[in-house]
Amino acid sequence: MIKMIDVHKSFGKNEVLKGINLHVERGEVVVIIGPSGSGKSTVLRCMNYLEEPTSGDVIVDGMNLNNKENINNVRAEVGMVFQRFNLFPHMTVLDNITLAPQKIRKSSKADAEKIALELLEKVGLKDKAQAYPEQLSGGQQQRVAIARALAMKPKVMLFDEPTSALDPEMVSEVLDVMKELANEGMTMVVVTHEMGFAKEVGTRVLFVDEGRILEEGTPVDVFEHPKNERTQLFLSKIL
Amino acid sequence: MSFDWSLIWDNFPILLQGAVITIQITVMAVGCGFFIGMIAALANLSRFKIIRLLVKCYVELFRGTPLLVQIFMIYFALPMVIGQSINPYVAAVTACSINSGAYVSEIFRAGIQSIDKGQMEAGRSLGLTWAQTMRYIVMPQAFKAIIPPLGNEFIAMMKDTSLVSVIGFEELTRRGQLIIARTYGSFEIWTAVAIIYLVMTLSISQLVAFLERRYNIK
Repeated sequence: MIKMIDVHKSFGKNEVLKGINLHVERGEVVVIIGPSGSGKSTVLRCMNYLEEPTSGDVIVDGMNLNNKENINNVRAEVGMVFQRFNLFPHMTVLDNITLAPQKIRKSSKADAEKIALELLEKVGLKDKAQAYPEQLSGGQQQRVAIARALAMKPKVMLFDEPTSALDPEMVSEVLDVMKELANEGMTMVVVTHEMGFAKEVGTRVLFVDEGRILEEGTPVDVFEHPKNERTQLFLSKIL
Repeated sequence: MSFDWSLIWDNFPILLQGAVITIQITVMAVGCGFFIGMIAALANLSRFKIIRLLVKCYVELFRGTPLLVQIFMIYFALPMVIGQSINPYVAAVTACSINSGAYVSEIFRAGIQSIDKGQMEAGRSLGLTWAQTMRYIVMPQAFKAIIPPLGNEFIAMMKDTSLVSVIGFEELTRRGQLIIARTYGSFEIWTAVAIIYLVMTLSISQLVAFLERRYNIK
């Protein structure tokens, strides 16, 4: 589904990714963990070219993002959820969700709204369709953001620390939605600090530090028998 | 010294006609300036350095020289280059529009920059193009943010249009000058002119305040 081949990314002289190779299969839930500044968010953001790699190939669903013509097509197939939600504050929840399907998929307004309401029901916010983002709590905003991404019927969902900006009591409502998605077989790549989530629904865990994937394996492998010293150190600090 | 009210009453219709022309030229200048400024601000986001450089030159040139000089350049100097005289109305509107556009482009730039980068990222991540994201997501928010400074520009431009009187264009200020040349009623007529300007600018302030409330700007 997503292939990254020797991806490097530099910001000025600072090399953030130093050769990332990975392959996400259909139906996998890949969890990326690592210390802050390790490059884990950059790995995720290269998958839909929000960051353009300095070198290397990113291939999503057979489309190489090196070819600029593929970028918007890939993005329409790849949903993304951000740490800070990034809902559109000047639009209602319903308009947030229906904008892209109408503009890109050329759905009719009625069709887009029907799907949007189904998705809102799924994330438990059907009664908030006419609300504006600022009227919602952080957890509700993030669930709307997930619904917005799902409205494009993506083949993959990318989550960039989706619960990091939330008050603790709202984390579980967002994780529950993500778990449901995983159980339905959605292919997901999740950058997170939620180790419980990683253990419960992750099919594979990657540990990234200093721009490299230092360790990968099943959650049991990585969390209980970490081989790399830095993985051990990181896990000892957060578990 | 006595204040001769009859001077004002007798000439009031002439001054009001001037005020209408002032409004016309202001609306046209700000309207054209708005589009020039918006296009310049968007061009300034171009990835091509040469386009950004051209925008910068335009802004610095028209912000950095007096409007009065720009009016002279367009009305007196430009005809020598193109070998054809320019109608004062066209010259006045052109000079004011281009001048206003330079300021408005800076207002737009600040407005666009004030919108969180995550908005563009969210739009692009959904598959929207840069232009679609600008149009549906960034610009509507930027518009709201720039209503107050745009109102200031509108008021400033209304007052600056008095400068086009120097090319004989008969807007409010020029009408006042002409009446005074005939009646020597400097005190009365300039007072009347000032009050008419004030009424017009206060109306714009009210309009801006209304728009701010309507769009709920905090």
